Amino acid sequence: MREITYAEAIREAMSEEMRQNDDVFLMGEDVGVYGGAFGVSLGMVDEFGSERVRDMPISEAAIIGSGVGAAATGMRPIVEIQFSDFLTIGMDQLVNQGAKMRYMFGGNATVPLVVRAPEGSGTGAAAQHSQSLEAWFAHIPGLKVAVPSTPEDAKGMLKSAIRDDNPVVFFEQKLLYRKKGPVPEKEYTIPLGKARIHRDGGDLSLITYGRMLPLCLDIAKELSDEHGIEVEVVDPRTIRPLDRETLISSVKKTGRALIVHEAVTMGGFGGEIAAVLADSEAFPYLDAPIRRVGGLDVPIPYCPELEKQVVPTHDSVRSAVLELLDWEYGS
Amino acid sequence: MADKKKQHKNEELGREKLEDMLRKMQLIRSFEEKVAWFFSRGMVHGTTHLYIGEEATAVGATAALRDDDYITSTHRGHGHCIGKGIELNRMMAEFLGKSDGYCKGKGGSMHIADVRSGNLGANGVVGGGIPIAVGAGLTSKMKKQDRVVLCFFGDGANNQGSFHESLNLASVWKLPVVFLLENNTYAMSLNVAKSTAVSDLTERARAYSMDAHQMDGNNVMEVYHTVREAVEQARENGPVFLVSHTYRIMGHSKSDANRYRTREEIEAWKAKDPIPRFEQYLIEEHDFSREDVDAVGENARNAIEEAVAYAEQSPFPSIESIEEDVYA
Ligand SMILES: Cc1ncc(C[n+]2csc(CCOP(=O)(O)OP(=O)(O)O)c2C)c(N)n1
Ligand SMILES: [Mg+2]
Repeated sequence: MREITYAEAIREAMSEEMRQNDDVFLMGEDVGVYGGAFGVSLGMVDEFGSERVRDMPISEAAIIGSGVGAAATGMRPIVEIQFSDFLTIGMDQLVNQGAKMRYMFGGNATVPLVVRAPEGSGTGAAAQHSQSLEAWFAHIPGLKVAVPSTPEDAKGMLKSAIRDDNPVVFFEQKLLYRKKGPVPEKEYTIPLGKARIHRDGGDLSLITYGRMLPLCLDIAKELSDEHGIEVEVVDPRTIRPLDRETLISSVKKTGRALIVHEAVTMGGFGGEIAAVLADSEAFPYLDAPIRRVGGLDVPIPYCPELEKQVVPTHDSVRSAVLELLDWEYGS
Repeated sequence: MADKKKQHKNEELGREKLEDMLRKMQLIRSFEEKVAWFFSRGMVHGTTHLYIGEEATAVGATAALRDDDYITSTHRGHGHCIGKGIELNRMMAEFLGKSDGYCKGKGGSMHIADVRSGNLGANGVVGGGIPIAVGAGLTSKMKKQDRVVLCFFGDGANNQGSFHESLNLASVWKLPVVFLLENNTYAMSLNVAKSTAVSDLTERARAYSMDAHQMDGNNVMEVYHTVREAVEQARENGPVFLVSHTYRIMGHSKSDANRYRTREEIEAWKAKDPIPRFEQYLIEEHDFSREDVDAVGENARNAIEEAVAYAEQSPFPSIESIEEDVYA
């Protein structure tokens, strides 16, 4: 299969949907001739023009809010927030308006909006440009929240998000933008709310999403090669809706669960996954506590040496896996 | 106003002050060139926003402040910091993420701050510093401190809700804040003509019953005098709004292909470089010799090299420090 980058996959998804449906358009800061801060929409303005690839002033409340309004009245906007940290500025429009409209109007509104926003640390951009806030949005009924980890998923899930009649917050991974992966040339979509098992295994379920997936896959391969330990790597891909069944059945099989995400552990989405597992028929199968490895309980520091240490590392994830495998109750 | 301006000129702008202003402009230029040098060699990670070509605005404006006045700054904040009189060694250390930096290596280029000296910090969020300036003005008023807040922000920030909310509040409460919009024509790739509904940006102030003036942001003397008036007015009577017209010579950040503007436009603004312009003025109007102004530039470059040497020997923060300073 041909390989393209995560950023190219996202661009393809948007372009294909825009070719098929005149109601779909893209707007955000510097999405036109600049091509977006990370080059995701590079060249799109040449094909679609500045009516459908619209540069916007730095006004995140209006970026999201006008997306909500256009979505509620017949368009299918994709809005880009340059860094997901700035979703905070448009929070009212997203959380109090867009997410609630359908329910509080008794079903007589539809808000087919996609909010794309890159997240994550590792770029040396410090505390205000590096957060992973996806759990906040998973807390909001009425929103869907996607966190794709491969180019193939990014493309297929974004196409589904654009076709979805609900507001979807689509968290892109800055550090994956340039990573290549196989992406089918033929048209396809990937449903929101369906997990993917990246690697089968019977010893432990390593549940992860976003930019931690490649790290977890490396560790799983290493443990298999070196020790014959078979770790099952499961990516929920969307955290709302959450594919509980796949997660639960994996843990029933392996009896051990480790959840890894970059976001701060405290209040992070791993807590929800742990609760879902503990409160399920997987519980009696557990041979060890459910464990989380997430970001330290601090903002992202600038100094590169510190920045590397605040998020899960190869060592911290690998030793958590080994610890759970060695777990003995009463020890 | 014209008379008052003259008076200030005679009262305060002695040779020493003028030389200090040139020195700070040269320090900013050299600091930024050094920053660009580090990036071009891949010696620092992250990103940075260079202030080259805009030095007259930061220096003219901060020269009009009292030492105990406040500033709030932006993502493009190196110039504001140096203008306010930051210690170069610790500033360079912060840029390199070292433990002797102002933020102990945790802030970096976009967050250099020295709250004790009234520098409330650079800011990674466009428009993020504007309400903070209003809050500092409120403290000054409530505690009767007589301190003014000089609030820097870009043309891009003038479309944030935080900007409009802040101007209104400062005006209603008559707070001692000078809002200084640095109109460098672009917010990343977006020309201010495409982002903003008014072409005369001082009209923003009229909506909030605030006095407004504009100035040639590449003329340090004009900036100084205009801000000086505004600061005095703010100290007595409440907020003033200023627009400084200048231009960002370098790319927006380290990754900018300049697809949104022409080489001719950049070259035309390079010809308005505020530093040679100020040097010329000093030579023609204040008895500086060519050697005098050259020496100022030379000293500034040396000071930056010393700051680099200091910063390079400073250790990275320890891993144990990761969890420090989250809470007071
Ligand atoms: C709220 C917010 N939105 C977007 C960005 C990304 N961004 C950083 S600087 C910038 C342009 C700012 O333009 P302006 O205010 O004119 O300042 P300049 O860069 O020209 O000095 C943008 C879009 C940001 N940092 N914060
Ligand atoms: Mg600007």
